[in-house]
Amino acid sequence: MSATETSERLRKTAERALARLTAASATGDVLLAESTSHEVRVRGDEIEFVKQARERALGIRALVANGDGTRSATTSTSDLEDEAVDRMVDETLALARATAPDPSAGLPNAGFAEDLPDLDLIVPADRNVTIEARIDDAKRAERAAREADPRILNSEGSQASSTFGEIVYGNTAGFVNGYASANHGLYSEPLAQADGHKQRDYWMTVSRRLDELEEPASVGRRAADRALRKLGARSVKTCDVPVIFDEMTARGLLGQAAGLVSGYAVYRQQSCWASQLGKLVASDLVNVIDDGRIPGGLGSKPFDGEGLPTRRKKVIDRGRLQTWLLDTYSGRKLGMESTGNASRGVGSGPGVGATNLWIEPGHQTLDEIIADTERGLLVTELMGMGFNPVTGDYSRGAAGLWIENGEIAYPVEEITVAGNFKDMMSGIDRIGSELLWLGRIASPALRVDQMTVAGE
Amino acid sequence: MSEEKSEATEFFHDRFGLDENQLAESLGTALERQIEYADLFFEYSTQDSVSLEEGIVKSGSRHIEQGVGVRAQNGERQGYAHSDEISIESVQLAAATARAISEQSRDPGSLAIRTAAGGQDLYPVESIPTDVAVSRKIDLLGEIDSYARSLDPRVKEVMASVLCEHRNLLVVSSDGSIVGDVRPLVRLNVQVLVGDGNKMEVGYDGMGGRYELERLLTPDAWKPRVEEAVRVGTLNLNADECPAGTMDVVLGPGWPGILLHEAVGHGLEGDFNRKKTSAFSDRIGERVAAEGVTVIDDGTLIERRGSLNVDDEGTPTQRTTLIEDGILVGYMQDRLNARLMGMNPTGNGRRESYAHLPMPRMTNTFMLAGEDDPEEILKGVSSGLYAVSFGGGQVDITSGKFVFTANEAYKIVDGRIGAPVKGASLIGNGPDVMQRISRIGSDLELDIGIGTCGKDGQGVPVGVGMPTIRIDGITVGGTQG
Repeated sequence: MSATETSERLRKTAERALARLTAASATGDVLLAESTSHEVRVRGDEIEFVKQARERALGIRALVANGDGTRSATTSTSDLEDEAVDRMVDETLALARATAPDPSAGLPNAGFAEDLPDLDLIVPADRNVTIEARIDDAKRAERAAREADPRILNSEGSQASSTFGEIVYGNTAGFVNGYASANHGLYSEPLAQADGHKQRDYWMTVSRRLDELEEPASVGRRAADRALRKLGARSVKTCDVPVIFDEMTARGLLGQAAGLVSGYAVYRQQSCWASQLGKLVASDLVNVIDDGRIPGGLGSKPFDGEGLPTRRKKVIDRGRLQTWLLDTYSGRKLGMESTGNASRGVGSGPGVGATNLWIEPGHQTLDEIIADTERGLLVTELMGMGFNPVTGDYSRGAAGLWIENGEIAYPVEEITVAGNFKDMMSGIDRIGSELLWLGRIASPALRVDQMTVAGE
Repeated sequence: MSEEKSEATEFFHDRFGLDENQLAESLGTALERQIEYADLFFEYSTQDSVSLEEGIVKSGSRHIEQGVGVRAQNGERQGYAHSDEISIESVQLAAATARAISEQSRDPGSLAIRTAAGGQDLYPVESIPTDVAVSRKIDLLGEIDSYARSLDPRVKEVMASVLCEHRNLLVVSSDGSIVGDVRPLVRLNVQVLVGDGNKMEVGYDGMGGRYELERLLTPDAWKPRVEEAVRVGTLNLNADECPAGTMDVVLGPGWPGILLHEAVGHGLEGDFNRKKTSAFSDRIGERVAAEGVTVIDDGTLIERRGSLNVDDEGTPTQRTTLIEDGILVGYMQDRLNARLMGMNPTGNGRRESYAHLPMPRMTNTFMLAGEDDPEEILKGVSSGLYAVSFGGGQVDITSGKFVFTANEAYKIVDGRIGAPVKGASLIGNGPDVMQRISRIGSDLELDIGIGTCGKDGQGVPVGVGMPTIRIDGITVGGTQG
């Protein structure tokens, strides 16, 4: 079935559900998503699995206004037959009527997206990619990883996937629109072995375009290099030192910061930055941008989960917090306008999500930052969930490379890095020059001036 | 064909018109090539939730998930296709895709399938949780809100939710069996935000299992959960910074069993051991834990969150000893890995939904009780950390490194419980830490039904348990050196 036929069909279902909501004197919105995907994993010389899927689903939000507020409920189903859709709308309405009225609930008052730029979220020709071609990609990555070094004797495999999706969002205010997008990925996870010890690591590439994926052989080699450099890892004595987060771990830190500026965390007072709007929350080297309209961006979309236009905004400007990320609801709770950051899945109502969020790169390469560090830790891997957004307390398991005299000395593991997130952000004193996009959030390498490294 | 029909078989027959002959035919399609094993997995599940914040239930939700997955296996290869349409046509199409992993054709012969006789019934419920009137769940949340606020003036905000799930599934496999299961699951979450001056903290608690929702609705059940959330939140308001470094740690009973889940559980799943990527590969018969340490995975415990009548491949669950008195004796297996390793399946083949491939996964994993008095265990530690509750954990099964994060912990000073300290992560190496367990309490407890385990992007409900134990030396990730 062609993309246009799919979107026509989804649009018809959306309109049917919306008409039924309107007929019941309610408002609301619907999200329809349809996707096809394939995923393959190769391990050694063998194909481990080939997976193919077709999925579609409908999410409904019913909003029932009465004098002092609006009652709401969300439902979802994968049964898109007319009768099932009607029944689901009725169930949603019944469920909404059982909940309590909330003065802040409801659709956006106005401002729905009018310009819908083509953001290069899919290359139509990529739809013709075959499973065999992706098996070949995975095989090439796997071979490169296995052949990178005699100490690579095993692996968890190399995996390739392609997903093509189509969504239609519509609401009873008259906005009905959709767009298509794609995601392609390639991942390799080899094991290095020496002296009876084993280490694993991975490398990956993700893009909306097949031709922008990193070369399979390069993915395999980099994965192997990362596993190899962990061999011989040991612990270190407990100490306070500068800690460098590489591009893989720094994006995790930015993801945690994104949680702290979400309107929901703020109005619920579950953010240690809740009272910091307009204040310095990070060192003056730090600039954070959220922009939903980067062509080909993994977080790009022409409109957000409520039909509002996405846009570019500076979230942190030279360390100063400029804005929260808001959808309509959390905006109303805080007396502000939505920032076009409503994120919506089929199975839930709107929430807040970053679009493409990144820290502006600085001028030093990671190697230069390492050379600039007398003694410290380069973190390449974080484990566990030791972050409390309410207090900012941060304590996570880590592995990485120890730095002595500005040089990598040896790999380390079985250590933790701990501090308070607020101090960590204020303590950023070096920012790397390279951005690595593996998802919606990207960060260059970051150095935090001091954290507690616990070990022996 | 057996006369006996299970509840699940009837459900799929009545709702989607699936009959045994057609199913046999579809499996035949998957088997037209050189395939060792094939199965069909049908699922229809309903999940609902209501949640409260700011004193009101602002929204409710209900989700219906349905679909079918078709799998073909040949050697280590698996072909898998799934569709959210449950019909013979979609199954045929998926079967043709799944078998593409094998190029050699063969005559499938005729396949006879039969409904397996009823086995264990670990979660008999009289009322289906997702059928209970939403008003009762809303009333419960309102009571929880008032009760939490009445307990302590420092309670600033309450968030609570009730989640119910009802899952029907049917597995039709090329060994000729049709096995179904109907699984209820309920869960209560309570979270309180507490504040004192400009200090803020959160406390969480909850409970759940495979039983009737009515059980959660009784004050005797939910009140203690609210009290716990408030107690832990207010305790942490005045917690000291946690010490950093290697120290002796005593873990309390119950939920800290997450240590076992991370330190050894994942490393004993069959797939990692077949591929020899686990720190425990090829170590059956070897000492991997201190004397006295016996670790069990048991999917047959009545009403527990991690329990299953049959796993997601239709294999009845069982009690599997993984470590006996410190010696590694068994792995957890699904069908594929059991076959490739020449072992028996252990009822650990689980998947998140029809859209996922099964893998060996834990059910309820716990350590058997020892003989030590828990108080004596504490008295024996001159300086260290006493951790009684944890957030999440994670493991790298290859290096054996695992992390878990305390959310209620105290210093131990001269054998006594001292000041509370802020949550910190503990990191260790599974095989190493298990050998450093020097005391095992007599107080085995299982957790209260809140665990979800993630592996390869798939989440499944699990249980953990442990008696009080002492570990001689583990790295604690605080900030006070």
